[in-house]
Amino acid sequence: MAKSAKTSDAGMPPELNARLTELQAQSRSPSREDVAEVVTEMLQSLEGDLSEVNLKVYSELEGLAKYILAAKREIAALRPDDITSEHLPKATDELDAIVGSTEEATNGILQAMELLEGLTPQMPAEIAEQVTNAVTQVYESCNFQDITGQRITKVVKTLKHIEDRVEALVAAFGDEIQKYREHHPREEQQQKTTDEKLLNGPQLPDDAGKQADIDALLASFD
Amino acid sequence: MSVDMNMNILIVDDYKTMLRIIRNLLKQLGFNNVDEATDGSMALQKLRDKDYGLVISDWNMEPMTGIQLLREVRADSKLKNLPFIMITAESKTENVVAAKEAGVNNYIVKPFNAATLKTKLSSVLGNF
Repeated sequence: MAKSAKTSDAGMPPELNARLTELQAQSRSPSREDVAEVVTEMLQSLEGDLSEVNLKVYSELEGLAKYILAAKREIAALRPDDITSEHLPKATDELDAIVGSTEEATNGILQAMELLEGLTPQMPAEIAEQVTNAVTQVYESCNFQDITGQRITKVVKTLKHIEDRVEALVAAFGDEIQKYREHHPREEQQQKTTDEKLLNGPQLPDDAGKQADIDALLASFD
Repeated sequence: MSVDMNMNILIVDDYKTMLRIIRNLLKQLGFNNVDEATDGSMALQKLRDKDYGLVISDWNMEPMTGIQLLREVRADSKLKNLPFIMITAESKTENVVAAKEAGVNNYIVKPFNAATLKTKLSSVLGNF
């Protein structure tokens, strides 16, 4: 309090100085209301750039800066770089595989129908007509491959758009993400149980094991 | 006027399965001279190299789309009267309007059935 008294001597308004002296003279500790009153008076007495409003603004800015820093850390923890380097390319590959496999299946169906249709001259007229009608219905139904292919292409374009946006985010948060990676090495795979690790779903054609390879592997156990 | 069932028909689509389906349906209707192209530029080259009585084209293809092919056909003095049917999943009004303004003779929305194809062919070529 000696320091406060000295300061007040240096330029504190007389009313405030008197109030502080009064509080010092009290036998009890000053109440919260007393302190708040003195602080408010002191702030009101300050001149120049440091007004009460300025202090509030600085306080808000500091809070905002802390909030942004926390948000950056949380975004870095989401590993957005993984989204562009791993998840989105994988999703695109899976969708391409869907188009490829449905096209292959559709061609197989069409080939079988063409074979069947080619046999109709050998059938009684009434049967041939029924077979032709059924084959026509299959041709019509096979339209789905073109439609699903176009829909999937639209989804792939949307994924590409998301990828571009996430890449921009990664570029903006680059240092923060790099720091996070260094301090938090990937552990997800280790956390999975053995059975979960085996749930990978269908493999993409290039990654899929061929039956002959699997047979050879099985035979190697004998 | 009777329809020439031996006319050459060019079908254009970037999906091989769709080309196969249209070819088979045309064959069922009695049209056996069917050629294929997988985009507008390939189709345009074929149209300039051989006489065709009809084009059936998809819209959404690369590098040249169906609507671009249609405009090229209508701008070509030798091809400008060639019957042209658009067969596409693009079903918005603005697409149909744009195709009509570009000079399309008829428009089929995917997925389509054999009856619709026959109706549209009759509308463009005459009854067969």
